[in-house]
Amino acid sequence: MNRLQVDFLGVPLNTPLVLASGIWGTTASLLERAARAGCGAVTAKSCGPVPRAGHVNPSCLDWGHGLINAIGLANPGVEAEAAMLAQARQTLAELGVPLIASIFAGSPSEFGAVAESIASSRPAFVEVNVSCPNVASEFGEPFAASPQAAAEVTAAVKAVLAPKGIPVIVKLAPNVPSIARIAHAVVEAGADALCAINTMPGMVIDAESGQPILANRSGGLSGPALKPIALKCVYDLHKACPDTPIIGVGGVTTGIDAIEMIMAGATAVGVGSAIYYRGHDAITQIVAEMDAWAEAHRIANVSTLRGAAHHEPHYDASPTGAPIPAAH
Amino acid sequence: MIRIPKTLPAAAPITAIRQDNYRTKTFTFDARLDATPGQFVMAWLPRFDEKPFSLVSADPVALMISAVGPATRLMHELAVGDKLWLRGPFGHGFDAPADQRRIALVAGGYGVAPLLWLARHELGRRDEITVILGARSVQELLYADDLRALASERAGSTAVRLALATEDGSAGRRGLVTDVLQPLLDAGEVDGIYACGPHGMLVALEGLSRRYAIPGQLSWEAYMRCGVGICGACEHDGAVLCLDGPVLSVTP
Ligand SMILES: Cc1cc2nc3c(=O)[nH]c(=O)nc-3n(C[C@H](O)[C@H](O)[C@H](O)COP(=O)(O)OP(=O)(O)OC[C@H]3O[C@@H](n4cnc5c(N)ncnc54)[C@H](O)[C@@H]3O)c2cc1C
Ligand SMILES: Cc1cc2nc3c(=O)[nH]c(=O)nc-3n(C[C@H](O)[C@H](O)[C@H](O)COP(=O)(O)O)c2cc1C
Ligand code: FES
Repeated sequence: MNRLQVDFLGVPLNTPLVLASGIWGTTASLLERAARAGCGAVTAKSCGPVPRAGHVNPSCLDWGHGLINAIGLANPGVEAEAAMLAQARQTLAELGVPLIASIFAGSPSEFGAVAESIASSRPAFVEVNVSCPNVASEFGEPFAASPQAAAEVTAAVKAVLAPKGIPVIVKLAPNVPSIARIAHAVVEAGADALCAINTMPGMVIDAESGQPILANRSGGLSGPALKPIALKCVYDLHKACPDTPIIGVGGVTTGIDAIEMIMAGATAVGVGSAIYYRGHDAITQIVAEMDAWAEAHRIANVSTLRGAAHHEPHYDASPTGAPIPAAH
Repeated sequence: MIRIPKTLPAAAPITAIRQDNYRTKTFTFDARLDATPGQFVMAWLPRFDEKPFSLVSADPVALMISAVGPATRLMHELAVGDKLWLRGPFGHGFDAPADQRRIALVAGGYGVAPLLWLARHELGRRDEITVILGARSVQELLYADDLRALASERAGSTAVRLALATEDGSAGRRGLVTDVLQPLLDAGEVDGIYACGPHGMLVALEGLSRRYAIPGQLSWEAYMRCGVGICGACEHDGAVLCLDGPVLSVTP
């Protein structure tokens, strides 16, 4: 077994890296490209019940410390998506890289119907996107904002996919008071794994015109600025649900970022915006850096690092406490 | 003069507007950036839309904009002193190997925008540059005068030839740009093909490049969303055009 191979819900991944949903996952050839670059699994772009044009431009911007996007879930609809994924799955199978389909919908029953259709392409996993921040005008508050709503969607998808033997991953949002509460609810409702996090809502305004720049006005932050938020969410999730595998995603740009995500509690690590920051070789570089780090630290397998941040060293001494501030 | 960033769009004042044909204008801006021919910028009209345009020059920034739809029609209403918001450059441009002494630049419609710059850029670096400029009719032709001026300039050792082709024969030869290129390929007079234009033209040139085993670099178009190579909207043959392209080398 190589240093980077990990087990995700009983499926071996050649590396812990997972292509994040919405990055490159629009065509079979791009999914294959990510697999060849070194992803252990690849996630397709989220698809919904019917074709969606998405938002006009600007729909993605580099604001200086990360990206902000409001693509608006542009997708060809589940029927066309299933045909594309069926084709992609075959090439991916030859490469030994499992395919994760990603779905969204407007209600629990619609989620069930989309899950039913996408299952025909026989993906290894289905990721349930209850956390896109960019379609609020049509779909309202994301389901990921409420434990009950997230659980209802999970249960509806689980009911369809369990008989087919397809595990369910639920993708969570960072902007909730307690991500652990949402996680408990969806795991109870049948989620086999969690993916965290989706983008963080934000806005950029152009001073010259006085206007929001994104056509959707607001969007979701990704890339470097997201990393500390993602680490905290994954840390909280691993603490709340230690037996549930997590795909940790958000701001991972280097191999060491990926190692940190595993230390927070992730089993696998999603990459997205890194392709912007490091070019189309990003995945290959991150894999090489993880491997080099593991070798230098004599780590036989990176899964031994999972949750390391939760195992704090014990000292018999205690530090001098910080002083109480004096009133000036 | 402002410097155009790749990050958030910068308001670039228009310093000159030239009418090129009945629906096309070239806008020059009080702005500059570092780029190579074939790269593009995104141009934003606040609260309306943002669209990709090839650079005609980088210092100062100039864009050739054909009014073909809502955004480009609104851009045509802008006057000198007004602003258009720009960010870039994006993508990879043309990159001609030094050993190609005789190159052909093939332009269809507004595809001439990056090729005029490429022709200027290659002056003095080649023995011969043949520009083949095509359009449906004489009214659609773009940059013919600029290219004629370039052909008469004779910079250094480079000879510039210009050939026009229109589908209705109203200017130059009647026919397609490929009808002009093919005899040159038969005669062994071309070492490299550089092109930008409509999809059908590029597909035909891709075929010729392969058939004659002459290296080709073609600038393709696709609807762009993120513009930075991550969303996958602009996929073409396994490449993302906004990052790997828009100029792609023809694979043998
Ligand atoms: C890399 C690149 C370089 C370009 N360079 C130039 C140029 O130098 N000069 C020029 O006049 N035009 C150029 N274009 C095309 C230009 O972007 C479109 O003409 C413009 O987007 C039309 O917008 P609209 O709202 O006016 O019309 P629409 O009604 O939106 O479209 C009219 C036509 O333009 C195409 N189009 C629309 N949006 C895009 C988009 N985001 N990307 C690609 N094609 C689109 C449509 O398929 C349609 O055929 C370029 C396109 C690309 C991708
Ligand atoms: C352009 C873009 C499109 C995205 N589309 C989706 C999507 O369709 N479904 C989804 O679940 N997440 C989507 N995301 C979120 C990513 O999957 C990921 O959660 C987020 O970008 C954080 O990771 P990163 O910092 O590595 O990019 C998108 C992100 C970006 C930047
Ligand atoms: S527009 Fe090219 S990948 Fe997004």
